[in-house]
Amino acid sequence: MQLARVIGDVVATRKDPGFDSTKLLILQPIGADGKDVGRTLVAVDAVGAGVGEKVFFVRGKEASFPFHPLEMPADAGIVGIVDHWSTVKGKK
Amino acid sequence: MLLARIVGTVVATRKDPRLVSSKLLLARAVDPKGKAEGNYLVAIDTVDAGVGETVLIVSGSSARMASGMKDVPVDAAVVGIIDDIDVTE
Amino acid sequence: MILARVVGSVVATQKRPQFEGAKLLLVQPETPQGEARGVTLLAIDSVGAGVGELVIVVLEGRAAGEALGKKLAPVDAAIVGIVDQLECVE
Repeated sequence: MQLARVIGDVVATRKDPGFDSTKLLILQPIGADGKDVGRTLVAVDAVGAGVGEKVFFVRGKEASFPFHPLEMPADAGIVGIVDHWSTVKGKK
Repeated sequence: MLLARIVGTVVATRKDPRLVSSKLLLARAVDPKGKAEGNYLVAIDTVDAGVGETVLIVSGSSARMASGMKDVPVDAAVVGIIDDIDVTE
Repeated sequence: MILARVVGSVVATQKRPQFEGAKLLLVQPETPQGEARGVTLLAIDSVGAGVGELVIVVLEGRAAGEALGKKLAPVDAAIVGIVDQLECVE
């Protein structure tokens, strides 16, 4: 799992029926120092996250597990909203 | 999942039998502002997307969870057509 | 999946049993414009591709295993189609 910032949302009318009633958000992954790392991606939201929040997300088929028994073709899913985190270098 | 723009189509007569009658699209990843970034990829179309459209692509083993893709040897599927993107930065 | 050009083949006598009877090809990933991109990969061929052909390669373990027709095969890339025609607007 990885930390990320929610930077936007996506609206798609025509989509796989598995995504009906799910929210799709755009994430920018961040490192433990809070800095952006890597490319943005789209994730399904399983926790009610919103734009501007720091979250953590899971990659792979596991992204659809919170919606079980519903199945959807998701490879990234937000599974937690971060309150804060700390490292040896300090707290964010 | 990633955002991508459909930039072309791929025709292959000789292919895995489980891919017969599926449409293969050529896509390029874009950032939320629509700027092309990174590599091209070939994805199976499951939502009737067309060239020029911005789409949502699922990759990896999850691609086989798209409609009708169970047990099909694919690693990328177009699963949505983007109407609107809202970014804060 | 990605586009790649078949650039060679590989012969290996000593290999995992799941590879028995499978053809192993060397493929060079390529842009739609025909430019080589990244490292050359080894892929299982299940469609009868040959050197020089532009092919569609699936890059994920279980999908490659599906193409090979064997469960739990230690493979992560397989050729699943040979490109007849390519159209790209960029």
